Amino acid sequence: MEFGLSAEQTLLQDTVTRFLEAQAPLATVRRIAAGDTNDKEIWRGMADLGIPGLLIPEALGGVGLGILDAAIVAETLGYHVTPAPFIGTAVMAPLAFMGAGTHSSLLGTMAQGDYRVGIAMSEAIGARNDAGVRFAAGKLSGKSIFVLDSEADGYLVATRNQHLYFVAATAPGLQRQILTTVDKTRTTCELRFNQVDAEMISTDPAVYIRMLDAGRVMQAADTLGAAQCALDQAVAYAKERKQFGRVIGSFQAVKHLCAEMAAGLEPCRALVWYAAHAQDHVPEEARMMACHAKAHLAEVGQFVAKTATEVHGGMGFTDLVGLHFWFKRIGANRQLLGSPALVRAEAARVQGLCA
Amino acid sequence: MDLSYGSEYGVFRQQVRDFIEANRDQAPAAGARGPAGLAWQKLLIDNGYHSRTVPKAYGGYGAAPDILASRIIAEEFSAAQLSTGLGGQGISMLTPMLLEMGSEAQKLQFIQPTILGEMVWCQGYSEPGAGSDLASLTTKAELDGDEWVINGQKIWTSTAQSADWIFCLVRTEPQAPKHQGISFLLFRMDTPGIEVRPLVDMTGDANFNEVFFTDVRVPKHQIVGERGQGWQVANAILGHERGSLAPPDAAENRLKGIIKLMETETLDGQRIMDNPIFRDRLMKLQGASLAMRFNDMRLLSARINPGQDARLAGLIVKLQGTELRHEIEGFAIDVMGEIGLAYEDNPYLRGNGSWQYQYMYYLGLIIGGGTSQIQKNIIGERGLDLPREPKVTAN
Ligand SMILES: Cc1cc2nc3c(=O)[nH]c(=O)nc-3n(C[C@H](O)[C@H](O)[C@H](O)COP(=O)(O)OP(=O)(O)OC[C@H]3O[C@@H](n4cnc5c(N)ncnc54)[C@H](O)[C@@H]3O)c2cc1C
Repeated sequence: MEFGLSAEQTLLQDTVTRFLEAQAPLATVRRIAAGDTNDKEIWRGMADLGIPGLLIPEALGGVGLGILDAAIVAETLGYHVTPAPFIGTAVMAPLAFMGAGTHSSLLGTMAQGDYRVGIAMSEAIGARNDAGVRFAAGKLSGKSIFVLDSEADGYLVATRNQHLYFVAATAPGLQRQILTTVDKTRTTCELRFNQVDAEMISTDPAVYIRMLDAGRVMQAADTLGAAQCALDQAVAYAKERKQFGRVIGSFQAVKHLCAEMAAGLEPCRALVWYAAHAQDHVPEEARMMACHAKAHLAEVGQFVAKTATEVHGGMGFTDLVGLHFWFKRIGANRQLLGSPALVRAEAARVQGLCA
Repeated sequence: MDLSYGSEYGVFRQQVRDFIEANRDQAPAAGARGPAGLAWQKLLIDNGYHSRTVPKAYGGYGAAPDILASRIIAEEFSAAQLSTGLGGQGISMLTPMLLEMGSEAQKLQFIQPTILGEMVWCQGYSEPGAGSDLASLTTKAELDGDEWVINGQKIWTSTAQSADWIFCLVRTEPQAPKHQGISFLLFRMDTPGIEVRPLVDMTGDANFNEVFFTDVRVPKHQIVGERGQGWQVANAILGHERGSLAPPDAAENRLKGIIKLMETETLDGQRIMDNPIFRDRLMKLQGASLAMRFNDMRLLSARINPGQDARLAGLIVKLQGTELRHEIEGFAIDVMGEIGLAYEDNPYLRGNGSWQYQYMYYLGLIIGGGTSQIQKNIIGERGLDLPREPKVTAN
C-alpha cells in the first residue's frame, strides 16, 4: 500500500517545475497577461518535455501516462500560474478522441504540441445567457460562451444531450471572439456557429463524462497548486515583514491565518490525488470524486486566495507582488466547468440522493 | 499510488469478517463496560482485534506491529458498526506510553488489567491555573522517606469519579525550569487524601471532575521515567491523543446517519433530502470529510513508507477533525429544525438524542487535548516554521 506519488511522478513534477521556473517566471506571465506576447513559446517548451502527449498512447507518439500524472502537471502549472492550454488540449480533448476511438493521426500531431483543441462545453454543463449549440443535418448552429482557449486550432463542442462534435477554428460560418476574464493567464472565447460543418465525435455519454470529470480534476489540481503557492508566499512574507518591531508571523492573528490556510489546504492534496487516481482505477467513484474535488478545492482555494492576500497587507492588493494572478486563477477555476454549487448538486445526483 | 493491501491481507480481512459474522450478536454498544462489555473486550483481545501488538507477557495478543492489519480491523468493525472494544485514557494513552517508557515491573503490573478493562484510569494533567500552559502546573509532590506526598488540585479530570487509578503530573523540582521540574506518578484513586468533586458539563452529564489532593502518600517507585522527566513522558502520549480524537471513519458513519435522517425527516411534507439547500450543505460536509479520509490514508501510508513526508498532514488532524465533526453534528440538528432541540425525555427525540449530545461533546473535544487555538500555534510554528511569540518579561 502506498498512498502518494511514485518516484517517477515526483521526477515529473520536478522537471516541469524546473522548466517553468526558467522559462515561465512571473515576468513572462505578466507579459502574456498584458497581451504583449502569447503562451505559444511556453507550450512549445512543454512539448519538448512531452506534456501535450502525456495521456496519448506511445504508439501514437505520446507518453501514455494517466490522470494522476496529468493532475501533477496541472498542480505545477497552477503553482506557477502558467499560461498554457493544458487542461483542454492535453487532457480533455485527448480523452474524448481516445474514448471515441477517432483521430489517431491528429492525436499524434497534438502530442507534438502542433495542434491545440479548445473546449466548448459550458452549455452542456449549465447554460447561461440563453447560449447553446444545436446539431442538425451535419451542421452546428447557436453559440457557446466561455470556451476554453481562444488560440485553439480546433474545438470540441458539446450539445445539451452530451454529444461531442469537432470543428476547425477556421470552419466557414464559425466566428470566434475573445472573452476577457479576470484571469489573464488563460484565455476564453465565444464561438458563434452559423450552420458550421461539424464532425460527430461521440454520442456516448460516457465519453463526455470521462472528459468532463478529468477536466474537473485538473481544475482542482490547478487550484491546489495555485493555493499552495499563495500560502507559501504568505508564509514567506510573514517571516520577513516587520511591524511593531517584530516579524508579523510572530503575531498570533497572522500566524493563525497561515495555520488555517495550511489546515484547510493540506487534506486537499490527498483528495486531489485520490480523485485523479479514481479516474483511471476506481470507475464507480470517478464522477463523485471529480465533483467533490472540484467543489472542495473551489471553497478552500477561495479562502486561501483571500487570506494570503490579507497577510500581505496593502502589498497583497497591489500589482507589485502579483499575488492577484493567483487570486484570479483560483477564481476562474472555481467557475469554469461547473461552479461549486452546481457540481455539488451533481455529486448528490450520482449517489442517487435525488432525482 | 497503490491502494491494494496485497493478497495476504485479503485472507486476513476475510478472517476479520468471519469473526464479526460469528460473534456480532455478543457485541455490546460502543464503549459499554459492564459484564457484557468486559466479556467482549476479552474476546477481542484473545482474537487479536484489540491490544493486538501488546506483548503476550503483558496480556496482549502479541502480534508483530502491522499497520495494515490494524487498519483492516478498524475498517471492518467500522463498516459493521460494531464496538471495537474499550477505549479511555488508560487504554489509548497510558498503555502505549508504558510500553515505551515504563519499567518492566510497571508493564507487568498495569497493562494486563488495564486493557481488560478491569483497571480504569484517569488523566490528571490540567489544573485551575494550568490548562493550555500545562507546564506551569503547581500540584507538588515531595519525597518523604519512601513515599511521595502530594498536595494540590487537578481539574477537568475525565472519569475520575469512576477511575481506579490516576496518571498524574506533579511538580517535584520547584527550583528547576518549569518543563524540567515535573514528574509522572501513578497512584490509586482510593488513596487517603483524594477528594473527587464531579463537574456537570454542558451535555448535562458529569463526565469530568475536580480532584483535590491533601497529603496523599504514594510509594516512591510509582513514577514513570526519572524525576523531572514527566514532561517528556506526558508528551509521548499527547501525540497518541491528538491523532485519535476524531477518526474519519466515525465522521463518515455520522454522515450516513444524516443521509437517513434527510430521507425521513420532512418540512411541509417535503423530504429534507429534496431540498437543494440542505443537499448542498450535506455535499459540502461530505467533500470536507472525504478530504480528511484521504488525508488519513496518506498518514497511514507515510507510516509504512518512511520516505513519504506527511508531517503537516499529521499536525492538522486534531484541529480539522474535531471542528469538522462538530459541524457535522450541528448540521444534523439544522436538518431537524426545532425537532433537533429535543433532549432527554422529549417524545420527538431522534437517534436517542445523540445529535445534540455529540454536537456539544465535540465542542468539548475542540477544547480538550489542546484547544484549536493551541493547534494553530503548533501548525504555525512546527508546520510552517513561523516564529514563536516573544516571551513576556516578568514585571
Ligand atoms: C471534555 C474535556 C475533557 C477533558 N479531560 C481532561 C482530562 O481527562 N484530564 C486533564 O488533565 N485535562 C482534561 N481536559 C482539560 C483540557 O486539556 C483543557 O481544558 C485545555 O487544555 C484548555 O485549558 P483551559 O481549560 O485551562 O483553557 P485556557 O488555557 O485557559 O484557554 C482559554 C482560552 O484561551 C486560549 N489560549 C490559551 N493560551 C493560548 C495561547 N498561547 N495562544 C492562543 N490562545 C490561547 C485557549 O485556546 C482558549 O480559547 C479536558 C477538557 C475538556 C473540555
